[in-house]
Amino acid sequence: MPEGTGAATTGADRGLDVPLVRLSGITKRFPGVLANDEVSFDIRPGEVHALLGENGAGKSTLIAILSGVLQPDSGRIEVNGRPVRIASPRDAIRLGIGTVYQHSTLVPTLSVVQNLMLGQRWWRPLGRAAALARLAELSALLGVRVDPDATAGSLSLGQQQQVEIVKALWRGERVLVLDEPTSMLTPQGVEELGQVMARLAARGFGIVFVSHKLQEVLAFGHRVTVLKLGRKAGEIPPARLSALSPAEATAEILDLMFGRGAADPEAPRRRASTIRADDAPLLEVEHLSAGEGAVQDVSFTLRPGEILGIAGVDGNGQKQLAEALAGQLRAEAGRIRFAGRDITRLPVARRHALGLRYLTDDRLGEGTVGGFAIGTNLVMKRVGEPPFWAGGFERPARIAAHARELIGRYDVRTPGPEVPIATLSGGNIQKALFGRELSGEPRLLLANKPTYGLDVANIRAARDRISAAAAAGVACILISTELDELLELSDRIAVMYRGRIAGIVGNGPDAERAIGRLMVGGA
Amino acid sequence: MSAAATPAAAALPAWLRALVPLVLALGIGALILAALGRDPVQFFANVLNRAVFNRSGLQETLVLMAPLLLIAASLIVCFRAGLWNLGIDGQFLLAATFASAFAAAWVAALPYWVAMALLFLLAAAVGAGWAMLPAFLKARYGVNEIVSTLMMNFLGFGLSAFLIKTLFGDPEHPAPQTTMLEVAERLPRIGETLVHVGVVFALLVILAVHVVMTRTGFGLRLRIVGHNPRAAEHAGLNVRRLTFAVFAISAALAGLAGAVEVLGVRGVVRADWHPGYGLLVVPLVFLARFHGVAAIAFVFVFAVLSIGGESAARRADLPNDFLLIMMALILVILAVTDHVASRARG
Ligand SMILES: Nc1ncnc2c1ncn2[C@@H]1O[C@H](COP(=O)(O)OP(=O)(O)OP(=O)(O)O)[C@@H](O)[C@H]1O
Ligand SMILES: [Mg+2]
Repeated sequence: MPEGTGAATTGADRGLDVPLVRLSGITKRFPGVLANDEVSFDIRPGEVHALLGENGAGKSTLIAILSGVLQPDSGRIEVNGRPVRIASPRDAIRLGIGTVYQHSTLVPTLSVVQNLMLGQRWWRPLGRAAALARLAELSALLGVRVDPDATAGSLSLGQQQQVEIVKALWRGERVLVLDEPTSMLTPQGVEELGQVMARLAARGFGIVFVSHKLQEVLAFGHRVTVLKLGRKAGEIPPARLSALSPAEATAEILDLMFGRGAADPEAPRRRASTIRADDAPLLEVEHLSAGEGAVQDVSFTLRPGEILGIAGVDGNGQKQLAEALAGQLRAEAGRIRFAGRDITRLPVARRHALGLRYLTDDRLGEGTVGGFAIGTNLVMKRVGEPPFWAGGFERPARIAAHARELIGRYDVRTPGPEVPIATLSGGNIQKALFGRELSGEPRLLLANKPTYGLDVANIRAARDRISAAAAAGVACILISTELDELLELSDRIAVMYRGRIAGIVGNGPDAERAIGRLMVGGA
Repeated sequence: MSAAATPAAAALPAWLRALVPLVLALGIGALILAALGRDPVQFFANVLNRAVFNRSGLQETLVLMAPLLLIAASLIVCFRAGLWNLGIDGQFLLAATFASAFAAAWVAALPYWVAMALLFLLAAAVGAGWAMLPAFLKARYGVNEIVSTLMMNFLGFGLSAFLIKTLFGDPEHPAPQTTMLEVAERLPRIGETLVHVGVVFALLVILAVHVVMTRTGFGLRLRIVGHNPRAAEHAGLNVRRLTFAVFAISAALAGLAGAVEVLGVRGVVRADWHPGYGLLVVPLVFLARFHGVAAIAFVFVFAVLSIGGESAARRADLPNDFLLIMMALILVILAVTDHVASRARG
């Protein structure tokens, strides 16, 4: 049983050296995987402790142990110096540990304040007035402004996350755990999150911050811990971190993550164009509208080997455009021609058979069936087709062999093709999906935010894969909110604003400025 | 969180997990018996002696299994596809009514096996037809099929009684019922036993359903829709068409169950007949975790408890309701063990 309420402890009765939470020797084993191996991790008051590591290193597992979702096989957890057991998320809250998970837990149809009141015990409800007061108090603490009566679904992702943070601190939690909080945010949202973390740290909160982006880690983190293959590869304490220059710190973290001498995978570069200008356009989109105004009057063409970047602030119709092209969303007006053929009315499966591949950004929601084996997920868009099925019957050996090949080629870290895909780490699921979409004979790759949640080395690998596909003649549409990614890979960049293409700019020295103008609706 | 999606499968072999609640429930049943001053060993011995170790009792058990197995097959199809066809009882009864209404006439007019084949087809078609409205409402408008199929049950029971009292009634008979199919013309028995060929048919069907659901592309498509409809759309499956297919197949199987019951055992449908097998089989199929072979085992246990339990309860001077309590116990314990298993893996 957990002892006492860590939340109530104040700085006065706590020596400054005692961490709010101390994990020591935490080990967590899954079938075939040692996800955490004797990991020690401290959360100290006033500190943002950044947790890094390549995909599958064990970060989410450690977070799950902290927040009571998983139980460690061995190891000690202390809160305010006292040993505790965090048997459930409720225990974690009682011990003063609030967690914001990567995926939103808000009910989109409820208002902000209703969402916040949801977590209360039914026998000890807080009235609306008290809830509003608590919200005001926490908004002031975080330095954010939240409209209590806005429906959660109508907020931007950044605002939703602020509400999630309010929710995580609702009962006076002193520790805030954030698992990859920035991966879906706009640069401005990231900036605001950084300020929120800084304010909380200044008031003595302890914060855990998981991220794959080194700039963010250096900008917001006070202490850095790197996990590698489940083990703690190293820790950089605040004194040392502040003494290092950003370049030195980056080099040191990369060393810890990938071993000595790893080149900075984030170093800017630009790919040479591989457009096959003599070929006929592969994709011609004319005046396409879809999704009840989400996509309006979009036109462009794409040649084999060309990469068209699609920039824009998240939520300006990029996803609906991708779905309309893939066939998941009905075109309300306009035409789509693929290899000279009108595909406007073709269903998803027929477009897939023609070589149109949609790498979705919603990996768990629609990209996979979590409980099914990796092998099954890898043939999910080819159910019934040879060589994986013969006469309607599954050929498990073929499916497994195909899976093993993709797992090897795309470096998916897993014990084997038969494990449920939901047990893979976030980044490894994405690698598997890359393998699925690029296997067979792709002619058009529609990649929606292909690199979010990937570690720096895997981002490099993913971008190289897109380049290689283009070099092999595959036309690519790259939807991204990462400007550097678009500038590295694209031949041209279209900017979406409120469902329309505000403009298409050739990739060149002035592209960045032109895109920035178009993104906010300027001409 | 990825961990939340892990199936409990990793921990224990499936057959063992299914057995635990059963054994626990029987154990608790034994305790209750002991508390009531009855000898539990004697009670269960009586059950087995009546329903398993007794030649005619075992045959009764097997005969009772036939419609239950077909209903289990029906439910496996729809549950695996994530659809709740709870209209099985209506589909069953209407199909039985139609098969029964035409049985005597067709058997008289046509070669025996042609008539039987046509009657089975008729039953399947009537069952499937009765499910098309909920299927359409689900596929087109997303109307909750639990509500719509349950409503169709009431409609189906009413329609069946209405038909028997009007078009399908046997004028020679005072009470409203269909024309009786003579004992000699019912489904042939195997050897010297009471067991008719419908039992074998039902066994083959549920095994075939199991193979289709677990080993074929069609089955995988249904399971994808069942687990994650959005992933199904993304993967290019035609979810609407599959929804129709699931309802049609599931309801056709429920219809076949009606045909087997009426052509194999009863020979007639009375206007007030209403066995309600469907909702009895739902929990068994859950207990079997939609696995065809496990479902056979649970249907067998259920049949044994029904056939043997009645006489054992009588002998122990207990009301028949004791059996229902046992069945309910099994289900409650299933739910609890499931919950415990899912907590333990954390
Ligand atoms: N429930 C589970 N069952 C089996 N294996 C699991 C489970 N959860 C995680 N794992 C495995 O544990 C390892 C660590 O996964 P974890 O999700 O902690 O990685 P991560 O550091 O968060 O990676 P990413 O950056 O890709 O999100 C992986 O190999 C993963 O496959
Ligand atoms: Mg993770």
